[in-house]
Amino acid sequence: MKILVCISHVPDTTSKINFTEGDTKFDTNGVQFVINPNDEFGLTRAMWFKEKQGASVDVVNVGGPETEPTLRKALAIGADGAIRVNTPATDGFAVAQQLAKVVQDGGYDLVIAGRESIDYNGGMVPGMLAGLIKANFVTNCISLEVDGTNAKAIREIDGGKETVSTSLPLVIGGQKGLVEESDLRIPNMRGIMMARQKPLKVVEPMDANTETASVKFEKPAPKGAIKLIDPDNIDELINLLHNEAKVI
Amino acid sequence: MSVLVYTESDKGTFKKTALEVASYAKTVADQMGTTVTAITFNADDTSVLGNYGVDKVLKVNNSQLETFNANGYASAIAQAVKNENAKVVIVSSSADSKYLAPLLAIDLDAGYASNVVEAPTSTSPFTVKRTAFTNKAFNMTAINTDVKIVGVSKNAFGLKENSGSATAEDFSPSIPELGVKVESVDKVTGQVTIADAETVVSGGRGLKGPENWGMIEELADVLGAATACSKPVSDLGWRPHSEHVGQTGKPVASNLYIAIGISGAIQHLAGINASKVKVVINTDSEAPFFKAADYGIVGDAFEVVPKLIEKLKAFKAQQ
Repeated sequence: MKILVCISHVPDTTSKINFTEGDTKFDTNGVQFVINPNDEFGLTRAMWFKEKQGASVDVVNVGGPETEPTLRKALAIGADGAIRVNTPATDGFAVAQQLAKVVQDGGYDLVIAGRESIDYNGGMVPGMLAGLIKANFVTNCISLEVDGTNAKAIREIDGGKETVSTSLPLVIGGQKGLVEESDLRIPNMRGIMMARQKPLKVVEPMDANTETASVKFEKPAPKGAIKLIDPDNIDELINLLHNEAKVI
Repeated sequence: MSVLVYTESDKGTFKKTALEVASYAKTVADQMGTTVTAITFNADDTSVLGNYGVDKVLKVNNSQLETFNANGYASAIAQAVKNENAKVVIVSSSADSKYLAPLLAIDLDAGYASNVVEAPTSTSPFTVKRTAFTNKAFNMTAINTDVKIVGVSKNAFGLKENSGSATAEDFSPSIPELGVKVESVDKVTGQVTIADAETVVSGGRGLKGPENWGMIEELADVLGAATACSKPVSDLGWRPHSEHVGQTGKPVASNLYIAIGISGAIQHLAGINASKVKVVINTDSEAPFFKAADYGIVGDAFEVVPKLIEKLKAFKAQQ
């Protein structure tokens, strides 16, 4: 089984979010970038398929040279090879088209992406990719087993979960549950050394068109100060929630 | 030309989010000087949709689509869009809508913007405001395709009643290969879910152990709320993973979020920030949650929560 894991290069959760160039660009100054958490759960599940079922695992990112340390980290965690499509990630559709080309050229059977990235939160790339390559698709995926060309997955739904059966080729929108937080791997020195020897292939982009354009960013209005209520005056809290906030 | 809206139902009853997306569709249709067509799956009585601005309902009744299937539903919606010559498609932010929308986008060559919080600021170019950076910023996004798909954030736009009535007709789309087959569904019944809840009561490690969740459940019960928990609590196995809210857990966009014994790690706040009103109860006045909340009580949950339950019961009895 050939697995491709899509890796988004995203600001760490604790990063300060600021914008530059008239609020049109994300300010990367002083920001630490990491593997998108939803993708890391998928990558770790892919490692399980590699170790238990002999799968090969490549990782891919669509982005500029600045994303290579994130791909190297994925190699240090255990991926066999990395591919970087050398073009900025403009919109979800453009990224999905680049990924579709990589999947078709590489003959991958299973693509594991995250349900969404924690920066743009579009949540559309995995589904669009599946639509483009006419593969089966399961998102919000919290469990995945593959037996030959058959796959069994569990999808989180509103208020519960559902178990589905499907077949390869398959695209997954993964999240926590594919593996647990405690299963995530911190690259060790040997992994980091080996990652330097592993192939990181840079491919030039295909002609892709965009469908949407980011016009501008805005930060939420600053929040008003908290109202503290004396623990001996619970009536006041109920009064505020009822008359001021109007939520009870 | 019209605006098409996918109105979700559960066992024939429309969810609140369905009425919210219908309200949104009506606003867009007014901006564009056109009408609203809704598509429904296996729902008999669709009259309520008229009260939220829907002019026409396309009713799909098909046993193959008894349970949600992203390919099947997306294909049916795409056929409806073509039939109606709709230029804008409105969906919600439910797990199902987010599942089908990208497939629909490919089928229709349509641009898709998710997590949209307001009516379009302009219809030409078609521009919407959506959340990004996990609720830490907004992004104005232009959709430049002929057909546009808008995914509306839960609880952001609200309900707008309209004194109208909707005509209904049967719609029989062709069903594509479904590709993914549902084997079993494990869904809580008779309990408010985090996705649908107006109020969420959430507990953290400050509650010291799973045996102390009785008061959380009782408080949730009084408020008609869903229960949730922080990541450490689900990692420790005190509560099921399905209750974990935060960046890697479930997102919460309720009207009222009550955090009890939760310090407010940035990953937790990222997941619940879309909630309108936040209340924190914590012994530590330095806890980061006090910077994110609207109302706070510095105090011991084991003393405050039972009092709150008692006072709320009295309040509810008066209402």
